[in-house]
Amino acid sequence: MAQHRLLPRQYLILGLVAVCAPLGDSCLARGMTAIPSISLAHPCALWGALVAAVFTPWIAAGIVLLIGFFASYLTALSWADLTFVLPATAIGNVIVELLSKFWLHETISLERWAGVVLITFGVAFVAQGPALTERPAPTDEKVRLGEPVATEAQPR
Amino acid sequence: MTLSFPAAPLATVVGPMFAAATIAAVVLASTTGEVLTAAAMKSIGDLDIIRAKSGMKGAIRAVLTSPLFFVGVFFLAGAFFSLLFALNHLNLSLVAPASASLTLVTNAAAGKIFLKENVDGRRWAAAGLVCIGVYLLAH
Repeated sequence: MAQHRLLPRQYLILGLVAVCAPLGDSCLARGMTAIPSISLAHPCALWGALVAAVFTPWIAAGIVLLIGFFASYLTALSWADLTFVLPATAIGNVIVELLSKFWLHETISLERWAGVVLITFGVAFVAQGPALTERPAPTDEKVRLGEPVATEAQPR
Repeated sequence: MTLSFPAAPLATVVGPMFAAATIAAVVLASTTGEVLTAAAMKSIGDLDIIRAKSGMKGAIRAVLTSPLFFVGVFFLAGAFFSLLFALNHLNLSLVAPASASLTLVTNAAAGKIFLKENVDGRRWAAAGLVCIGVYLLAH
């Protein structure tokens, strides 16, 4: 069985999935903690506060990053298995952990370092295997866009 | 009413069965959404090829005309609101690691059962290692 190997561009997509989600969450968290508490008592005020929050730099950056994450994630799922994409992109957690250690100079506990090591091993495990389950090619070659296909995309 | 974090641990207020059911709802909705979205993307085909043939608009149109994609997004939204509900009743230190790590394992099982993916020993090992790793990071 031929193994489905990824192209450098596809690794880049997986990298975007891994990086955009945690960075987007971090930006949103930072932006939301910077704005005043939002009250649920007055719906009009709530709506206004949320709209105003969207235009703050950190929250806007977080939204852009999360849109980038979702687009990259959908692209990755179109040529790789779900059970490949999810573990492979968990390396983003490690990146965030390393950034918090060496950029923000946060203290990382031994427990969290153990988590970093386990995720790294897990990603290495799954990255060595095929990205897509091999399936028999369809007999009908007139496969049109938007119609279900039973085959995987071939490496180009 | 103002959004605020609780002063006392909430997990001690609600019972373990309620906590388990709440986390299970998050995991179930998330897994369903992920599997349906993955199935939708597989049925659409390689987006890189579609974009090369029909441009970015064609790729976006291919995604947005897939009903299965919207069903998947519906369940992902359900997972998000289930998570909000869980965070309203349980501690973040319980909900975040439990839901994040359990979802990896349930996705591996669902991928094998529903998407017929080849989840071999390597992928089970990866899912297990990442599951424990995410739990340790988030806990």
